[in-house]
Amino acid sequence: MTLLYFAWVRQKIGRSEERLALPEGVCTVGDLLAHLGARGGSYGEAFADTSRLRAAINQVHAGFDAVVRDEDEVAFFPPVTGG
Amino acid sequence: MTARIRVQTDDFDAGAEIAARAKGGVGAVASFVGVVRGTDGVTSMTLEHYPGMTEREIARHVAEAQARWPLLGVTVIHRIGKLAVGDNIVFVAAASAHRQAAFAACEFLVDYLKTRAPFWKLEERGGNADWVAARAEDEDAVKRWERG
Repeated sequence: MTLLYFAWVRQKIGRSEERLALPEGVCTVGDLLAHLGARGGSYGEAFADTSRLRAAINQVHAGFDAVVRDEDEVAFFPPVTGG
Repeated sequence: MTARIRVQTDDFDAGAEIAARAKGGVGAVASFVGVVRGTDGVTSMTLEHYPGMTEREIARHVAEAQARWPLLGVTVIHRIGKLAVGDNIVFVAAASAHRQAAFAACEFLVDYLKTRAPFWKLEERGGNADWVAARAEDEDAVKRWERG
Protein backbone atom coordinates (compact mmCIF):
# COMPACT_ATOMS: atom_id res chain seq x y z
CA MET A 1 0.00 0.00 0.00
CA THR A 2 0.95 3.63 -0.35
CA LEU A 3 0.84 5.78 2.78
CA LEU A 4 0.55 9.56 2.53
CA TYR A 5 0.98 12.12 5.30
CA PHE A 6 -0.09 15.75 5.37
CA ALA A 7 0.35 18.92 7.47
CA TRP A 8 1.85 18.37 10.95
CA VAL A 9 1.72 14.58 10.55
CA ARG A 10 4.08 14.90 7.56
CA GLN A 11 6.31 17.37 9.41
CA LYS A 12 6.50 15.26 12.56
CA ILE A 13 7.54 12.03 10.86
CA GLY A 14 9.67 13.80 8.26
CA ARG A 15 8.23 12.25 5.11
CA SER A 16 5.18 12.73 2.90
CA GLU A 17 4.91 9.24 1.41
CA GLU A 18 6.06 5.65 1.89
CA ARG A 19 5.32 2.15 0.59
CA LEU A 20 4.32 -0.58 2.99
CA ALA A 21 3.33 -4.21 2.46
CA LEU A 22 0.09 -4.81 4.38
CA PRO A 23 1.42 -5.97 7.77
CA GLU A 24 0.12 -9.19 9.27
CA GLY A 25 -2.86 -8.64 11.54
CA VAL A 26 -3.70 -5.21 10.08
CA CYS A 27 -7.31 -5.15 8.84
CA THR A 28 -8.55 -1.62 9.49
CA VAL A 29 -7.36 1.99 9.47
CA GLY A 30 -7.22 1.78 13.27
CA ASP A 31 -4.99 -1.32 13.11
CA LEU A 32 -2.70 0.49 10.68
CA LEU A 33 -2.47 3.50 13.03
CA ALA A 34 -1.53 1.22 15.92
CA HIS A 35 1.07 -0.54 13.73
CA LEU A 36 2.68 2.78 12.69
CA GLY A 37 2.57 4.16 16.23
CA ALA A 38 4.36 1.02 17.50
CA ARG A 39 7.39 2.00 15.40
CA GLY A 40 8.07 4.51 18.18
CA GLY A 41 10.15 7.67 17.80
CA SER A 42 8.50 10.35 15.67
CA TYR A 43 5.87 7.82 14.52
CA GLY A 44 5.00 7.08 18.12
CA GLU A 45 4.55 10.81 18.74
CA ALA A 46 2.54 11.47 15.57
CA PHE A 47 0.14 8.55 16.08
CA ALA A 48 -0.15 8.62 19.89
CA ASP A 49 -3.37 10.65 20.06
CA THR A 50 -5.65 9.28 17.34
CA SER A 51 -8.38 11.81 18.21
CA ARG A 52 -6.18 14.40 16.46
CA LEU A 53 -6.04 12.36 13.25
CA ARG A 54 -8.26 11.75 10.25
CA ALA A 55 -7.83 9.23 7.43
CA ALA A 56 -8.73 8.69 3.79
CA ILE A 57 -8.66 5.51 1.71
CA ASN A 58 -8.18 5.99 -2.04
CA GLN A 59 -8.90 9.72 -1.65
CA VAL A 60 -12.22 9.30 0.19
CA HIS A 61 -12.66 10.13 3.91
CA ALA A 62 -12.64 6.92 5.97
CA GLY A 63 -13.35 6.04 9.60
CA PHE A 64 -10.88 4.10 11.74
CA ASP A 65 -13.02 0.97 11.38
CA ALA A 66 -12.74 1.00 7.56
CA VAL A 67 -10.96 -2.00 6.01
CA VAL A 68 -7.57 -1.42 4.32
CA ARG A 69 -6.16 -3.60 1.51
CA ASP A 70 -2.63 -3.94 0.16
CA GLU A 71 -3.47 -2.03 -3.06
CA ASP A 72 -4.92 0.99 -1.24
CA GLU A 73 -3.64 4.55 -0.96
CA VAL A 74 -4.13 5.45 2.72
CA ALA A 75 -3.63 9.02 3.95
CA PHE A 76 -3.31 10.34 7.50
CA PHE A 77 -3.80 14.01 8.35
CA PRO A 78 -5.21 16.41 10.95
CA PRO A 79 -8.79 17.73 10.68
CA VAL A 80 -8.97 19.93 7.57
CA THR A 81 -8.79 23.74 7.76
CA GLY A 82 -9.44 25.07 4.26
CA GLY A 83 -11.89 27.67 3.01
CA MET B 1 -25.30 23.21 -15.31
CA THR B 2 -21.66 24.08 -15.80
CA ALA B 3 -19.13 23.72 -12.99
CA ARG B 4 -15.68 25.25 -12.84
CA ILE B 5 -13.38 23.84 -10.12
CA ARG B 6 -9.81 25.08 -9.76
CA VAL B 7 -7.06 24.51 -7.17
CA GLN B 8 -4.28 26.94 -8.01
CA THR B 9 -1.37 29.01 -6.67
CA ASP B 10 -2.37 31.99 -8.85
CA ASP B 11 -4.71 34.72 -7.69
CA PHE B 12 -8.22 35.02 -9.12
CA ASP B 13 -10.32 37.96 -10.26
CA ALA B 14 -13.60 37.68 -8.31
CA GLY B 15 -15.30 40.31 -10.51
CA ALA B 16 -14.44 38.45 -13.71
CA GLU B 17 -15.55 35.12 -12.20
CA ILE B 18 -18.91 36.60 -11.15
CA ALA B 19 -19.38 38.19 -14.58
CA ALA B 20 -18.70 34.79 -16.22
CA ARG B 21 -21.40 33.17 -14.05
CA ALA B 22 -23.89 36.00 -14.75
CA LYS B 23 -23.66 35.56 -18.55
CA GLY B 24 -26.80 34.62 -20.38
CA GLY B 25 -29.17 36.29 -17.92
CA VAL B 26 -29.20 33.62 -15.22
CA GLY B 27 -31.23 35.70 -12.77
CA ALA B 28 -29.08 35.45 -9.62
CA VAL B 29 -25.43 34.92 -8.71
CA ALA B 30 -24.37 34.62 -5.06
CA SER B 31 -20.65 34.61 -4.32
CA PHE B 32 -18.17 34.38 -1.45
CA VAL B 33 -14.54 35.48 -1.25
CA GLY B 34 -12.33 34.29 1.63
CA VAL B 35 -9.31 36.50 2.39
CA VAL B 36 -6.25 35.97 4.65
CA ARG B 37 -7.08 37.58 8.02
CA GLY B 38 -4.43 39.80 9.60
CA THR B 39 -5.42 39.22 13.23
CA ASP B 40 -3.35 37.61 16.04
CA GLY B 41 -0.07 38.76 14.52
CA VAL B 42 -0.45 36.60 11.41
CA THR B 43 1.89 37.83 8.66
CA SER B 44 1.33 35.11 6.06
CA MET B 45 0.01 31.58 5.65
CA THR B 46 0.84 28.53 3.58
CA LEU B 47 -1.93 26.28 2.30
CA GLU B 48 -1.22 22.60 1.73
CA HIS B 49 -3.66 20.16 0.11
CA TYR B 50 -4.06 16.55 -0.99
CA PRO B 51 -3.87 16.66 -4.80
CA GLY B 52 -6.51 14.45 -6.36
CA MET B 53 -8.64 14.08 -3.26
CA THR B 54 -9.23 17.83 -3.09
CA GLU B 55 -10.70 18.01 -6.57
CA ARG B 56 -12.79 14.87 -5.96
CA GLU B 57 -14.22 16.20 -2.67
CA ILE B 58 -15.11 19.56 -4.22
CA ALA B 59 -16.71 17.88 -7.26
CA ARG B 60 -18.72 15.60 -4.96
CA HIS B 61 -20.12 18.58 -3.06
CA VAL B 62 -20.81 20.56 -6.21
CA ALA B 63 -22.83 17.55 -7.45
CA GLU B 64 -24.64 17.43 -4.09
CA ALA B 65 -25.47 21.17 -4.33
CA GLN B 66 -26.76 20.61 -7.86
CA ALA B 67 -29.02 17.80 -6.62
CA ARG B 68 -30.46 20.05 -3.88
CA TRP B 69 -31.03 23.33 -5.73
CA PRO B 70 -31.90 24.29 -9.32
CA LEU B 71 -28.46 25.67 -10.19
CA LEU B 72 -27.35 27.08 -13.53
CA GLY B 73 -23.64 27.23 -12.74
CA VAL B 74 -21.09 26.85 -9.95
CA THR B 75 -17.49 28.08 -9.61
CA VAL B 76 -15.11 27.00 -6.84
CA ILE B 77 -11.53 28.30 -6.80
CA HIS B 78 -9.18 27.53 -3.89
CA ARG B 79 -5.63 28.82 -3.71
CA ILE B 80 -2.66 26.87 -2.34
CA GLY B 81 0.90 27.87 -1.45
CA LYS B 82 2.12 30.93 0.42
CA LEU B 83 -0.35 33.80 0.85
CA ALA B 84 0.05 37.21 2.51
CA VAL B 85 -2.46 39.03 4.72
CA GLY B 86 -5.20 40.43 2.48
CA ASP B 87 -4.63 37.89 -0.29
CA ASN B 88 -7.59 35.98 -1.72
CA ILE B 89 -7.85 32.35 -0.52
CA VAL B 90 -11.12 31.00 -1.84
CA PHE B 91 -13.92 31.93 -4.24
CA VAL B 92 -17.33 30.31 -4.52
CA ALA B 93 -20.17 31.40 -6.81
CA ALA B 94 -23.53 29.78 -7.46
CA ALA B 95 -25.91 30.90 -10.21
CA SER B 96 -29.62 30.20 -10.27
CA ALA B 97 -32.85 31.71 -11.56
CA HIS B 98 -33.67 33.06 -8.09
CA ARG B 99 -31.70 34.32 -5.10
CA GLN B 100 -32.72 31.69 -2.49
CA ALA B 101 -31.08 28.78 -4.34
CA ALA B 102 -27.99 30.87 -5.18
CA PHE B 103 -27.48 32.00 -1.55
CA ALA B 104 -28.11 28.55 -0.09
CA ALA B 105 -25.85 26.68 -2.53
CA CYS B 106 -23.03 29.19 -2.04
CA GLU B 107 -23.20 28.85 1.75
CA PHE B 108 -23.48 25.06 1.56
CA LEU B 109 -20.35 24.85 -0.61
CA VAL B 110 -18.31 27.15 1.67
CA ASP B 111 -19.35 25.16 4.77
CA TYR B 112 -18.31 21.88 3.12
CA LEU B 113 -15.04 23.31 1.80
CA LYS B 114 -14.11 24.27 5.35
CA THR B 115 -14.86 20.90 6.91
CA ARG B 116 -14.36 18.25 4.21
CA ALA B 117 -11.97 19.42 1.47
CA PRO B 118 -8.41 18.34 2.36
CA PHE B 119 -6.68 21.69 2.83
CA TRP B 120 -4.48 22.66 5.80
CA LYS B 121 -3.39 26.15 6.80
CA LEU B 122 0.00 26.89 8.32
CA GLU B 123 -0.06 30.37 9.89
CA GLU B 124 3.19 32.33 10.04
CA ARG B 125 3.82 34.96 12.71
CA GLY B 126 7.23 36.49 12.20
CA GLY B 127 9.59 33.50 12.52
CA ASN B 128 7.01 31.11 14.03
CA ALA B 129 4.65 28.83 12.16
CA ASP B 130 1.63 26.99 13.58
CA TRP B 131 -0.88 24.64 11.95
CA VAL B 132 -4.39 26.05 12.30
CA ALA B 133 -6.69 23.89 14.44
CA ALA B 134 -10.11 22.94 13.12
CA ARG B 135 -12.95 25.00 14.65
CA ALA B 136 -15.99 23.40 16.30
CA GLU B 137 -18.11 26.25 14.87
CA ASP B 138 -17.28 25.10 11.33
CA GLU B 139 -18.34 21.55 12.17
CA ASP B 140 -21.60 22.91 13.65
CA ALA B 141 -22.17 25.01 10.52
CA VAL B 142 -21.99 21.98 8.25
CA LYS B 143 -24.38 19.95 10.43
CA ARG B 144 -27.35 22.12 9.48
CA TRP B 145 -27.10 20.78 5.91
CA GLU B 146 -27.35 17.16 7.01
CA ARG B 147 -30.58 15.48 6.06
CA GLY B 148 -32.09 12.99 8.43
